[in-house]
Amino acid sequence: MSPVNPLSPVISGQVTGRIHSWDLSTGVDGPGTRFVLFVSGCPLRCLYCANPDTWHMRDGRTATVDEVMAEIEKYRAFLTTAGGGVTITGGEALLQPAFTGALLRRCKEAGLHTAIDTSGFLGARASDELLADTDLVLLDIKSFDIATYRRLTGGDLAPTLAFATRLNRLGVPMWIRYVLVPGWTDDLEAVDGLAQFVAGLRTVDRVDVLPFHKLGAAKYAALGIPFPLKDTPAPDPRLAERVRERFRARGTATY
Amino acid sequence: MTATVTAAPRTADAWRQFAGEGWRERVDVRDFVQANYTPYEGDASFLAGPTDRTRAVWEKVSALFPEERSRGVLDVDPATPSTITSHAPGYIDRDRELIVGLQTDAPLKRAIMPNGGIRMVENSLKAYGYAPDAFVTKVFGTYRKTHNDGVFDAYTPAMRTARKVGIITGLPDAYGRGRIIGDYRRVALYGTDRLIEAKKAERAALDARPSTADVIRDREELAEQLKALRELTEMATAYGCDVSRPAATAHEAVQWLYLGYLAAVKEQNGAAMSLGRTSTFLDVYLQRDLDEGLIDERRAQELIDDFVIKLRIVRFLRTPEYDALFSGDPTWVTESIGGIGLDGRTLVTRSSFRFLQTLYNLGPAPEPNLTVLWSPRLPAGFKEFCAQVSIDTSAVQYESDDLMRPRTGDDTAIACCVSAMAVGRQMQFFGARVNLAKALLYAVNGGRDEMTGEQVTPEMPPLTGDHLDYEELAAAYDRVLEWLAQTYVDALNVIHYMHDKYAYERIEMALHDYPVHRFMACGIAGLSVAADSLSAVKYARVKVFRDATGLAVDFATEGEFPAYGNNDDRADSIAVGLVESFMAKVRRHPTYRDAEHTQSVLTITSNVVYGKHTGNTPDGRRAGQPFAPGANPMNGRDRHGVVASALSVAKLPYAAARDGISLTTTITPEGLGHAADERAGHLVGILDGYTAAGGFHMNVNVLDRATLEDAMEHPEKYPELTIRVSGYAVNFVRLTREQQLDVISRTFHGSL
Repeated sequence: MSPVNPLSPVISGQVTGRIHSWDLSTGVDGPGTRFVLFVSGCPLRCLYCANPDTWHMRDGRTATVDEVMAEIEKYRAFLTTAGGGVTITGGEALLQPAFTGALLRRCKEAGLHTAIDTSGFLGARASDELLADTDLVLLDIKSFDIATYRRLTGGDLAPTLAFATRLNRLGVPMWIRYVLVPGWTDDLEAVDGLAQFVAGLRTVDRVDVLPFHKLGAAKYAALGIPFPLKDTPAPDPRLAERVRERFRARGTATY
Repeated sequence: MTATVTAAPRTADAWRQFAGEGWRERVDVRDFVQANYTPYEGDASFLAGPTDRTRAVWEKVSALFPEERSRGVLDVDPATPSTITSHAPGYIDRDRELIVGLQTDAPLKRAIMPNGGIRMVENSLKAYGYAPDAFVTKVFGTYRKTHNDGVFDAYTPAMRTARKVGIITGLPDAYGRGRIIGDYRRVALYGTDRLIEAKKAERAALDARPSTADVIRDREELAEQLKALRELTEMATAYGCDVSRPAATAHEAVQWLYLGYLAAVKEQNGAAMSLGRTSTFLDVYLQRDLDEGLIDERRAQELIDDFVIKLRIVRFLRTPEYDALFSGDPTWVTESIGGIGLDGRTLVTRSSFRFLQTLYNLGPAPEPNLTVLWSPRLPAGFKEFCAQVSIDTSAVQYESDDLMRPRTGDDTAIACCVSAMAVGRQMQFFGARVNLAKALLYAVNGGRDEMTGEQVTPEMPPLTGDHLDYEELAAAYDRVLEWLAQTYVDALNVIHYMHDKYAYERIEMALHDYPVHRFMACGIAGLSVAADSLSAVKYARVKVFRDATGLAVDFATEGEFPAYGNNDDRADSIAVGLVESFMAKVRRHPTYRDAEHTQSVLTITSNVVYGKHTGNTPDGRRAGQPFAPGANPMNGRDRHGVVASALSVAKLPYAAARDGISLTTTITPEGLGHAADERAGHLVGILDGYTAAGGFHMNVNVLDRATLEDAMEHPEKYPELTIRVSGYAVNFVRLTREQQLDVISRTFHGSL
């Protein structure tokens, strides 16, 4: 455990953030059963995004770190016994680094396993202190092809790769998440490139290849915005297996 | 079983290599188990699959299931009131069966048991196209009074009304009460000669006591127990088994134990006919035979598989109305597996695994009702196996060993769904349940029924405001619950007096100590509806709509209110308060035979029928809509996933619901994680966390909604699809359509 930041916890409890909601999930947002906090606001606009209701900070509600921690506290014993923890996702967890950092600090003080789920696009905003309080980064690498990445997300790939390299240098464990979208991210050459890159990161514990789904479509309808990939099919399970094999072939545990 | 009729070995041979002393001196199976069992801390890799013999026997009997399913029953013997010795031996496949014995002379042929009530028998027969037997009708209509007749002779008008309107329902006043577990292990360990000796001694100890009504009743009951033990010996002899002596091998131990159980299900059509805690007991015998080289693992598994085949085909003749309450033809042959001993050693043995393995060897099935007594301290290999079995079959329920052990000890077994009892030492008077949601509407309406307008309680002032006031409502509710608790306990006293008198469980009680500790097991239904309704009144504004007679018939809620099931104390504390306050009220009323008051939060599948008979409620539930089962939050109101929901339920205090608190969860496979090989570990984590938080019971279903929808349309494709409902498991395709829809409408906790 890192030394306690002298500014916390007195100040951190009053730090506010914009949050969308919280939930509990099992086996999908890091190890075990986890308290998952969805923060509001994201700089990217991924075409397959399943949570368009978390794009804008203005759509969230303001909450203090103390409020969120009071909710988490109700689950602390459960999460500890069940071998889980807390995951901050969104939206983009690093869009509000002061809030996220304060929450991570408080979770560590409470003895909880911590994770952030991020695209890495704003990785530069994560201080070393924040990362020291992060037991695991779920790093979503949306594509390994620069042009595809831009068309798919509206952003650049480079900051994500730089963040991965930095996490590796700092010794922060990572799970790489790769959403498999037919026609977008199923090019095996690009997959190979990513697999090679990942194989060079010694703190990557695993890769999750997540088949694209359209469970978020209803949210688009409710928000009155078009779902860009409404006609894209879910990938064939055999394709997903082939993609996983590319990572496994380079020695990375892949699910 | 032909091998057993040999010169009787002496008891010393039967008990060869067994350790311990106390159990030799007195009838004490727990002491025997503790002195002799071998804890197993490993994984499932030692298990054996089904043999060809097992497959052949199972296929032969399961070939009868489709016809039984389509007709409701396969066959009935309408002319022979069932007793322990009434029917000639029956077999599935005499040459192949290892464990023998059927309730009647043919598999799946149901017997009549008129002692509970002749009307129930006649209605059941008519429902399935059989003519009641004239002689039976005459005997039980003219010469021999039944339990049902006795109860209605002694019911008061208030009890009849409460029953008719459905504020108290499911009362065992026309059928066998069940939920009594004979310690069938005693037959194997001691043989009936020794058990008869012990019973005679108990009886003789009463000779010096003055002949008061209580003592006379006890003497008569002990005399009946002695007769039942002799009848058991006789019935076993017809199957070629000499159960007068102790079992000398594992094969005999399984057989003897089963014959003890068989005698019970020949004599009683109890609502739940649970088996007890037999796997670790039997393991002592299996392990001894394994050590002596008499059997191998395949044979050990075969014996358990064959035993379980028999347990799967226990059948009772019941009415369609009964089926509407407790759907899917359940028998609650509950077997309690696992747990931790008072000395800290796990009670898990290889046979704990073997019982669960039957769900693979024979395929998933609802019976026996396999119940794992869970503790985070159970061996990791066993926990992982249980979770995997749940994921693969949805056929297992879990109950907190950590909550039960300090209260009922480490030889506790579950009767029915969630009722804990020390085997052979405690029994219960099953009390069905009252409808807390309807009672809340009575509070609004001054005790008039919201569906019929009838004045059910003594007159009370109705609430008259346009909006419901929380303090006023709470006070009125308290008055209604006082009346309800009194009427309820009073009715149960009548029922159990008559059941003891006219339909006494002779063989089950012969396999208990004398004197026995009795529980009066009350119950509540509609907890989440009542709690959410109160929360709506407290935290939002609830407007009342009344009909021309002033009866409140509908409500409109303005504003948000916290719902039970989200780990939110504002709502959860209301549910906790209801459980505690009703328990306190029940305790104020004296019970028949000084039984200890308990209550359960359990509905089984009656949540559907309860809902049908309950009007609109202030939480927004519409008239006729099903309640949530057991202690479950209302469907769709638990918005933060299975864990938040379970932690709300875990707050209900076991001390105020000693007869059990039931939670039924349905998780999609994805809800346990993307990676299939990690799901069992995740489920273990959830069970550990829930138990550590004080949760008592969890039914675990791992299913997709789509599977169930497909099964509704194409039942023939899913003959084995098993789903846990409230406290038991059923073949999904055997549920009524209404109940299928109810199950499908429940919250599926998924990953998104």
